[in-house]
Amino acid sequence: MTTAALTRPGLPRLAAVELRKSADTRAGFWLLVVIALLAAAVVVLQLVFGTDDEAHLAPLLRSTVEIMALILPVLGILLVTSEWSQRTGLTTFALVPVRERVIAAKVIGAAVLTLAALAAGLVIAAIGNAVAGGDWSLGLGELGRFTLYELIGVLGGVAFGLAFMSSALAIVMYFVIPIGWSILGETISALDKPADWLDASRPMMALIEGGMTGTEWAQLGTATAVWVGLVLAIGLVRLHRTEVT
Amino acid sequence: MDAAAARDDLGHMIAVEHLSKRYGRLPAVNDISFSCEPGTVTGFLGPNGAGKSTTLRMICGLTTPNAGTATVLDTSYRSLPNPGREVGVLLDASAQHSGRCGREALTLSAKLLGVERGRVDELMEYVGLSRAAARKRVGTYSLGMRQRLGIAQALLGGPRVLILDEPANGLDPEGIAWMRRLLRDFADRAGTVLLSSHLLREVEAVADQLVVIGKGRIVAQGSKAELLAATGVVVRGLDPGALHQALADAGLTATPGSDGALLVEAEAEAVGRAAAAAGVVLTELRPADTGGLEELFLSLTASDREEALIS
Repeated sequence: MTTAALTRPGLPRLAAVELRKSADTRAGFWLLVVIALLAAAVVVLQLVFGTDDEAHLAPLLRSTVEIMALILPVLGILLVTSEWSQRTGLTTFALVPVRERVIAAKVIGAAVLTLAALAAGLVIAAIGNAVAGGDWSLGLGELGRFTLYELIGVLGGVAFGLAFMSSALAIVMYFVIPIGWSILGETISALDKPADWLDASRPMMALIEGGMTGTEWAQLGTATAVWVGLVLAIGLVRLHRTEVT
Repeated sequence: MDAAAARDDLGHMIAVEHLSKRYGRLPAVNDISFSCEPGTVTGFLGPNGAGKSTTLRMICGLTTPNAGTATVLDTSYRSLPNPGREVGVLLDASAQHSGRCGREALTLSAKLLGVERGRVDELMEYVGLSRAAARKRVGTYSLGMRQRLGIAQALLGGPRVLILDEPANGLDPEGIAWMRRLLRDFADRAGTVLLSSHLLREVEAVADQLVVIGKGRIVAQGSKAELLAATGVVVRGLDPGALHQALADAGLTATPGSDGALLVEAEAEAVGRAAAAAGVVLTELRPADTGGLEELFLSLTASDREEALIS
């Protein structure tokens, strides 16, 4: 036995394993294929049915980002919940007993996956734009906002997956809780003010559309802190206490 | 000297001390202690629901005990830097992603452990999973194939300790014989094996040491030779009640075994004389072939069943 074998595997290695896990199962592989196909479909539809000012690189890319941001959170959720639904956690946490490191690796893996999805979207949008002969301009700020938009969604998925530890429950909650909160905020006047700071849908809309005000950035910060940060923290506490069976 | 060798000099490969776990008010594991040494196979025996799996999960840091400690290589499992390189664990062969192929499941572990890719194919062959089987999704595997895959996973990091929960479940007789040889070989090369089973016969053939657990408590432990040595006789009479009384009158302690048999810690002659003196007709009188361990084990299982019937 060499001393090297007795060193703790580094986070990059753990993240690479988590990344591989997201694509090496039948369900995971097809989920990735579906995400790419949807991005391609949305570009084609936009070129066929959209107006002329939508047939440029930036609006095409924005559409791929929006459609992928619908499904990528599910991928983030499954990345976590499959450890319980498929009971692979028994092996994972036996090999990596410091459980928080597994989650850190999953967060990194999910982020890398998001960047890959964004890159794929960019390629698809570029092909569409080349066919349509549209405008190629794409601001760095715009690209940054798109990246952030997708990242928040995916990390929210990871957080919900960890907090609920069940695929079905986490997916339902991920989509229902924010909508429920928005409705509450609109119907109950007393909740109107706090709702602005905790409702992610409005600042997220601004994030993808651009021209965000300082208040909107601040609201995005507080909403993300709650729906991603707080939920993840709850999940980590649960993970620490739970028994892996 | 490296860290692993340094730890060897200190003590036991696995040490469980006063380990307890409650679920609500229900005690699942109650103050159990035992240890495992290099070069030995320890059979962890008990009926289903006795607390075997809970104990093994506590050893592997997957379940937090309410009291007591469990150490592997003289440290807590959770503080092992790369546990798979020192301890091979198989807690449930069914706990595999059904949509992943067998070879891929092993490859993931190999990457995590930092083991070269060649080991994966080597181990697949070693546990008897063909190239065709390795490419199939685990969802299509039989329980026996999953056990083989699980064993391969446990051996992947070249560990010195193996912790296996019911590894013989689902294996055919040939597979069970194969598993015994594998575990014996592993122990003979100075490895330490802890395996659980609910079948005495299954571990009897391979274990050096036995730990018997019932309802969360250890009811017997020691070397196999000790526990299986004939220490008494099994006696049956036409009238079990009268026989029990006759033995008590003669000052002999009798423990009820299965099917009305009594287990007596005495010579056959003493038992025969006691029965003759009371005029009790014997239908059987023989040395207890497994030192009463089997009787004890059966009574553990039987009392569990009775309770299940009552509740």
